[in-house]
Amino acid sequence: MATQSLLQFTGKSIYCSEADAHIDPWIPVDRAIITHAHSDHARWGSKHYLAHKDSEPILRLRLGPDISLQTVEYGEKFVINGVVFSLHPAGHIIGSAQVRVEYKGEVWVASGDYKLEDDKFCVPFEPVKCNVFITESTFGLPIYKWQPQQEIYSEIDNWFAQNRLEDKASILMGYSLGKMQRILKGIQLPDGPIYAHGAIYTLNDRLRQAGFDLPELTLVTKETDKKLFRGSLVLAPPSVDSSTWIRKFNPYSLGYCSGWMALRGAKNRRAVDQGFILSDHVDWQDLNTAVIESGAEKVYVTHGYTSIFSRWLNENGVEAGEVTTMYGNEEETEDRATGEGPESEGIENKKDMSPIPDDPDLKLS
Amino acid sequence: MKQFAELFMNLDRTNKTNAKVELMKNYFLSASDEDKMWALTLFTGRRPSFKVNRTQVKEWAAAEANIPMWLFQESYQSVGDLGETISLILPRNGSEDSDKSLTEWFYYLGLLPKMTDEEKHDHILQAWSQLSQHETFVFNKLLMGSFRIGVSQTLVVRALAEATATDSNVIAHRVMGKWDPLETTFEKLILDEGENDNASRPYPFFLAYPIEGDVSNLGNPEDWFVEWKWDGIRSQIIYRNNELFIWTRGEELSTDKFPELHFLSSVLPNGTVLDGEIVSYFDNKPMPFNVLQTRIGRKNLTKKVLEEAPVAFIAYDIMEANGIDIRNLSQMQRRAQLEEIHKNMPVQSIFNLSPLVEFKEWSELHDLHPTSRENIAEGFMIKRKNSTYQVGRKKGDWWKWKIDPLSVDAVLIYAQKGSGRRAELFTDYTFAVWGEDGKLIPFAKAYSGLTDVEIGQVDYFIKRNIVEKFGPVRTVKPELVFEIGFEGINESTRHKSGIAVRFPRILRWRKDKKAAEADTLASLKGILEMYK
Repeated sequence: MATQSLLQFTGKSIYCSEADAHIDPWIPVDRAIITHAHSDHARWGSKHYLAHKDSEPILRLRLGPDISLQTVEYGEKFVINGVVFSLHPAGHIIGSAQVRVEYKGEVWVASGDYKLEDDKFCVPFEPVKCNVFITESTFGLPIYKWQPQQEIYSEIDNWFAQNRLEDKASILMGYSLGKMQRILKGIQLPDGPIYAHGAIYTLNDRLRQAGFDLPELTLVTKETDKKLFRGSLVLAPPSVDSSTWIRKFNPYSLGYCSGWMALRGAKNRRAVDQGFILSDHVDWQDLNTAVIESGAEKVYVTHGYTSIFSRWLNENGVEAGEVTTMYGNEEETEDRATGEGPESEGIENKKDMSPIPDDPDLKLS
Repeated sequence: MKQFAELFMNLDRTNKTNAKVELMKNYFLSASDEDKMWALTLFTGRRPSFKVNRTQVKEWAAAEANIPMWLFQESYQSVGDLGETISLILPRNGSEDSDKSLTEWFYYLGLLPKMTDEEKHDHILQAWSQLSQHETFVFNKLLMGSFRIGVSQTLVVRALAEATATDSNVIAHRVMGKWDPLETTFEKLILDEGENDNASRPYPFFLAYPIEGDVSNLGNPEDWFVEWKWDGIRSQIIYRNNELFIWTRGEELSTDKFPELHFLSSVLPNGTVLDGEIVSYFDNKPMPFNVLQTRIGRKNLTKKVLEEAPVAFIAYDIMEANGIDIRNLSQMQRRAQLEEIHKNMPVQSIFNLSPLVEFKEWSELHDLHPTSRENIAEGFMIKRKNSTYQVGRKKGDWWKWKIDPLSVDAVLIYAQKGSGRRAELFTDYTFAVWGEDGKLIPFAKAYSGLTDVEIGQVDYFIKRNIVEKFGPVRTVKPELVFEIGFEGINESTRHKSGIAVRFPRILRWRKDKKAAEADTLASLKGILEMYK
């Protein structure tokens, strides 16, 4: 039998057979190493979990308070069956980590999701030298170029100020985990209460209990007096734009923070009033930088523009291959994961926007 | 340019027509007259050509961004818009702050046609280096783009009418026809009073309600006229002050688009307004809508187009005779006047009268209704003999009794990403039915008919079930079944299936069916035999 790769792509996890450990498995396994707590990476049902200590409060919230979970610090080595593992900052969200795996002098790094810009909440990305680098490619096209976050925060501040002048609520949507904490550290916070949807409130509350420096939020409930929303800031997960939950804030302006907002098509499809291009993933430039800084002689490209980015690397002298994984559906899975609170209320009220011209009189109009 | 770029982005962002009108109105109230004129030029589809080669422009942009052409193409695939793709990949230095106006940029672009390729390259790159990302995008639209931002001529007219406090029918008349922004001014075109400003004014159309329940519920058959429901473009033909105007539903003044009907100006009495359907017409009979479709939306009606898709008018009502509004006369009285006009028509093959369907009992209509397709009609129009001509969609006096669309259950086999609002999502689908050899044979492409939620679910499935890639097209595991509706069916030598369907769309997602339970080519051919 040919020697097996140190890490293998099973389609359901990134698997180290030497240590019998799975990285971010989609199926229940005995030993799961979790890069970060987003629900397309941290799946329920495994016997033992290992993750960075900052991921603990969220993993226990999402996977259950009683999961068997071992936590480590960044850089702390742990050995399983002779294979040396350690976690290193990925800069994606709180507790996110690249998994460094070393065996018989060979080093692999599975980076999970990551970004290079320091978001002032989670520990910033650190390049880790390796032989083989496994990278995401969520925004692996040259059309994606992030502006410095401070510019985006200023846009949000201006939008909020304008809405306040017009006495409208500012509903700011973004992923509950990661984006929201970053925004709370980045934008100018109002003096009054900051309202939050249950999903965001619960996470924020848990992180505050765990000792993280985050402002207190006010939960929006059925009883909250609607007049209070006038001119206020309301934080919400991306799923609310199709729900009845959002109606109580009328009049409001709807903003959405996401890397996808870089494209008009995506922005218009979302039908938001303001798109803020703020991502927790690397853009094209930083993706290339990360690959170079890893010093890897071989790169595996996972979720995103896998075939495009691997072809680009191959043409530029870096041996690369594309790998199919289950990751990268943050949007879908995150929307469901944070199921605390009235999250999915009213989804059936989604407007049907498909234009079926059923009246031939209208053909030309 | 900053002001226009902002208008453009704001228009693009909203799909509420009132908001769009408001934005344009504010622009027309605040921009310079010169800029307004250029904006109007763009919004009414009169953008001049600057003689640039799109392929060259792509290559220049890719070279400037330092990426290979294939990567440029992949990026373009994802974005779905060339001008936007270029604006996103170009390097930025943060010092892009040109304050040239929209008009100045048009003069800048006006220099291009006389330049050599090399000069064009430098000229365009110099512009890009002065513009922000959004402005570059809008500049590219001026350079070579189409302006698809959901602004119809009607909306522009409304905005102009509000901004200038002028009746919108008058404005519609003023902006129609031939004019050149280099030879006229905003003042002359829009603000000056014209002689025939009021002559073009149409009446609001009377629209029918779909029939509810059985037709026999309408009572005594003798109280009703029944006509075929023609499959064309609802139109109003006006002849006043010796000028002919043709309005189509959607309130668009389209006189120029139907030269075949211009002879009416020499035969209709002054002060006549007619309601009817413009259809394509061959050998004294109407043709299916898809023939007419080949000339709708064309800017230039070439001789070839006119020969291949000639039109005729089928009249069914008259609202004004001898300059007098007769909408309050009964249907029967109006019909008599219309018949009088038709009788005096020299070319009756181009000016037809919608014939009345003879029947005594409702049951006869039941028998005739299924033959609608053979008569190139979409069913029946049922009109109360003593009804007046009303405004808009009113219940009670005009009913439409439409035929059901034809349909088959088909399997999704190919998918492609959409563009614009649907970029990044797989929304363009190809459907197949089972051939005799047990292979799936593609027969129709469809884009619409699913809700946004369903589009998301189908996209989710496709992304996980791609079998092969051919350029932008993905072969998908044949698993999802949809009911595909269509209005007509014809033989086709261009399609592998040997048939072409008209106006295919998704009626519903048959989650209850497996791929093997989809329809066969034989069943499609059966439908063809019945209706060809």
